[in-house]
Amino acid sequence: MFNYIAAIPLFPAIGALINGILGTRFPKSLVHIIALTAIGSSFALSVKAFFQLLSLPPDQRIIEVTLYQWMASGDFSIDVAFLLDPLSAVMLLVVTGVGFLIHIYSTGYMHHDPSYSRFFTYLNLFVFAMLLLVMGNNFLMMFVGWEGVGLCSYLLIGFWFDDHANASAGKKAFVVNRVGDFGFILGMFMIFIIFGSLKYSDVFSRAESLLPYGGIMATAITLLLFVGATGKSAQIPLYVWLPDAMAGPTPVSALIHAATMVTAGVYMIARCNVLYSLAPFSLGVVATIGALTAIFAASMGLVQRDIKKVLAYSTISQLGYMFLGVGVAAYSAGVFHLMTHAFFKALLFLGAGSVIHAMGGEQDIMNMGGLRKHIPKTFLTFLIGTLAIAGTPGLAGFFSKDEILWQAFSSPHGHPLLWAVAAVAAGMTSFYMFRLTFLTFFGKERMDEHTKHHIHESPNSMVIPLMILAILSVLGGYVGVPEALGGSNHFHHFLDPIIKKVGKAEPHHYSHALEYGLMLTSVAIAVVGFILAYTMYIRRPDLPERLANNFQGLYKLLFNKYYVDEIYEFIFVKGCKNLGTLLWLKFDVPVIDGIVNGVGKVTMYLGENVRKIQTGYIQHYIVGILIGVVVVLGIFIF
Amino acid sequence: MEQIPILSIVTFFPLIGVIILLMIDRENYGVQKGIAFIVTLINFFISLYVLYHFKEDTASMQFVESYPWIEKLGIYYFVGIDGISVLLFMLTTFLCPICILCSWTYIEKHVREFLIAMLFLEVGMLGAFIALDLFLFYIFWELMLIPMYFIIGVWGGKRRIYAAIKFVLYTLFGSVLMLIAILVLYFYVGSKTGVYTFNLLKLYETLAPYEVQVWLFAAFALSFAIKVPMFPLHTWLPDAHVEAPTAGSVILAGVLLKMGTYGFIRFAMGLFPHATQAATPLFVTLSIIGIIYGALVAMMQPDVKKLVAYSSVSHLGAVMLGLFSLNSQGIEGGIYQMLNHGLSTGALFIMIGMLYERRHTRLIEDFGGLTKAVPIFAVFFMIVTLSSIGLPGLNGFIGEFLIFMGAFKANKLWAVFAASSVILSAAYMLWMFQRVMFGPITKEENKNIKDLNLREISLMVPVILLFFVMGIFPNYFLNKMHTSVNSFIDRYNKSIAITTSQLEKQGIIKGGE
Repeated sequence: MFNYIAAIPLFPAIGALINGILGTRFPKSLVHIIALTAIGSSFALSVKAFFQLLSLPPDQRIIEVTLYQWMASGDFSIDVAFLLDPLSAVMLLVVTGVGFLIHIYSTGYMHHDPSYSRFFTYLNLFVFAMLLLVMGNNFLMMFVGWEGVGLCSYLLIGFWFDDHANASAGKKAFVVNRVGDFGFILGMFMIFIIFGSLKYSDVFSRAESLLPYGGIMATAITLLLFVGATGKSAQIPLYVWLPDAMAGPTPVSALIHAATMVTAGVYMIARCNVLYSLAPFSLGVVATIGALTAIFAASMGLVQRDIKKVLAYSTISQLGYMFLGVGVAAYSAGVFHLMTHAFFKALLFLGAGSVIHAMGGEQDIMNMGGLRKHIPKTFLTFLIGTLAIAGTPGLAGFFSKDEILWQAFSSPHGHPLLWAVAAVAAGMTSFYMFRLTFLTFFGKERMDEHTKHHIHESPNSMVIPLMILAILSVLGGYVGVPEALGGSNHFHHFLDPIIKKVGKAEPHHYSHALEYGLMLTSVAIAVVGFILAYTMYIRRPDLPERLANNFQGLYKLLFNKYYVDEIYEFIFVKGCKNLGTLLWLKFDVPVIDGIVNGVGKVTMYLGENVRKIQTGYIQHYIVGILIGVVVVLGIFIF
Repeated sequence: MEQIPILSIVTFFPLIGVIILLMIDRENYGVQKGIAFIVTLINFFISLYVLYHFKEDTASMQFVESYPWIEKLGIYYFVGIDGISVLLFMLTTFLCPICILCSWTYIEKHVREFLIAMLFLEVGMLGAFIALDLFLFYIFWELMLIPMYFIIGVWGGKRRIYAAIKFVLYTLFGSVLMLIAILVLYFYVGSKTGVYTFNLLKLYETLAPYEVQVWLFAAFALSFAIKVPMFPLHTWLPDAHVEAPTAGSVILAGVLLKMGTYGFIRFAMGLFPHATQAATPLFVTLSIIGIIYGALVAMMQPDVKKLVAYSSVSHLGAVMLGLFSLNSQGIEGGIYQMLNHGLSTGALFIMIGMLYERRHTRLIEDFGGLTKAVPIFAVFFMIVTLSSIGLPGLNGFIGEFLIFMGAFKANKLWAVFAASSVILSAAYMLWMFQRVMFGPITKEENKNIKDLNLREISLMVPVILLFFVMGIFPNYFLNKMHTSVNSFIDRYNKSIAITTSQLEKQGIIKGGE
């Protein structure tokens, strides 16, 4: 009775196929009707699947549907098969739900683009790949989706390929992701060697018996898989592609580079929670990388001038929170933040798109200001998004972020230091988000007259998705209200069946008082961020420049993103190119081919000279024969 | 059961085309091309009979034909096909009509002679894949060389003579050694068992002592390694590819290189298991160097065709790594990758040829921004590129994945080095793609180039469809290999279980006893 879930990824695939082959001949309305029908059907089926799953008792909420055997060789075989369980159900709803809203938004945002059908083809294709990623019942299916979303990301970042900068950004995203995939693929092989299967149920059910707690194998597998996650989810050291990825159309940034694809790494770790729980060292690495990324990216977000770049660094930073969550074995908390983040970050990106749309393509917030009067609906929804991400009590971001902060402190895998880093990053988040809001919507109108004249609110197709996402950003957190605040944390309980309790670490017991205290502290830090932003960008607009002048070194370091891109470019890109040139021009041509041609030349030379013996004069041959006879006779005689 | 000699029919069918071509007016190019195309196309359809009636559950040779040829010397016309060769056989019949079609306007002089050369080439290639008599194999092996020599030397580019001679001398050098090794094996086994035969299956049953195996293996391996080509014997390939006309490159990459890898598994590794075992570290090392080296050198090539040629060195390195992993995944992945490389790289050469016909250049810097001018071409080129870098859902992924898995099972470090190619291949292919297809159109000549015509589209579509079929339903193809590959591995393992001292004592041993 669950067989229909196989159709969930199929619809967008069909949509992409139709638009991909015939789209250029269709009118725009037909193109988006096809694309919207495809993802709309997926969403409807996802909702159906979700409620049907809810109606089952919690221990039976694991449904597998096998389509066919994909490949087999020797002792290896793998199916094309789908899995529906609480975790994939949550992901399904997020992907198809937010995806559907962003599809609607795109009909307005991309309306004037000549490559309309190509855009929707890629968008559908992306949803297809993402659904394979979250619905596969084995690691290889996840990997197929994993690479598939990478491809769509590549195609969509470089969507406006006339400009080499965009095409380069796409290529960078693909290649950097491949570095991660390299780790992922080795992790899969390791799993296969130990378990003889790549199917989740085979692996996870036997993990505790086959992998000793804290053993080298568990650690190796989980670290290799995490390498994949750092690529896909833009964590240190592979985060560099995401800021550049903003070259793509804004709906893409919202869907792929904020709400769905970049969270794949978090999903993967939550999916493999058994393995990670068996490898405390790996958990430590994940949590540390997550916390460091959270604060590192936030610091770069403080000074960016491009509205989308700020949001990009914010995304990297928020992803860091999610990894911090799953890294302290608070898997549900990580997934919870994944969901709420999908709401408010998609909202913020789409809001930014609406701003850019209104400003005629302008993205520099220093050329904006005072927009709240011109585009009030965009402003209001954007403000809600800002409040949600900043952790305003009662909004979605508050509950999910706070759970992560609390777990970072109290989990047996946590540490007060992790909490402290994350709390400071939360302050930065609040600061850069309010800075962004103030510079965009408040203060003096800094755009030129021409632009100012054309500012207009976006069409309904764009505003309505903003409103729905705003509502979700307000209410989305109430599915996971913590017990300390009198809630019963439905979200947590829903995910419980897929989270296995393993390991020896005993949870610490802390009082609710401490939890309240920490909660208040983090709220206070966020308020400090707000006050700072308010002071600097509303009350004393001259202050930022003076600060930048006084701390020029630091400002430049932050503004230039710690020069990490330049360092990578120098070491890896230049390094590879130089090595390639060296091998080609200094080895392949002169040495290897030199030897080959040398052999040829020597042969020719010998031939030339030996040929001289063949003079054609009969006398010479007779002399030769005589000498030969004498020699042979000589040998016989002596 | 009395069978129709289907393998011989398919192999020699192209000769009918040769006869008809000889009877046609020299100047009537259109009809000549049509005839060659139809003959190869019909041949493909006939060959489907082989695929359809191929039995997956037996490791023994199928569609066997055996007639005494020079009986006194034990030379037979002995052909047959198994899971290792059947798909390569099919690949050949599939690619030939496509090659004729892609040469339609490319070849402008001596059209009839070109077509005859192509048809002879097809005979040679098909024969080499089905020959089970070493002498017969050698004849077909050499038969391929001659038409290829002319295709490069007559219809090639500016440095075609240099390239053609380099190709022939290199290959001949290898095949002479192979011929000597075949004769030594023939006389050695004959003198020990009293039965003088070139029958491969009979020769499989006997194992020479280690010292003899090593030398014979070395001779065979050198010959095949040149053909593959393995690092550092690869330098003939970029020259041959750059100079060869499109169809030549397609056949060269698609089938002729596979002759090398096929030769390894069928002859060098099959006949000399102990030597194979001893040589594995060397060949794995060379394969891995080839994978990385080929990719790095490919990255910096200014000429697209040279880039693809060096990428072949990288891909074929992966195939060799798979074969020398000596487990099911490695070998099946290796064979799968032979097919993939034939299709993907063949398609790349076809597409580069289409560009060359339009712009008469292959330098990357002469292009840029082509997507705007040729959108249909761009879509095909993108898919071919993705197939070449092993994107899941397309054919390339299955082969690479199985090879790396096989390598990982054999030795984790091998896979770590080899799998780095997933990064490098993406880097060099996408960089090339970007410089050719993306960005603004900077050159005036590129603004008005024509998009693909119906002929070009219809020759690409089957290839593209096959990419998807092989990526989504690989089992159809893998199932044909299982039994033969497993029996190969069984025989290998049984053979190497016989210790070298046992071999010493008896001078020769019946395999598997």
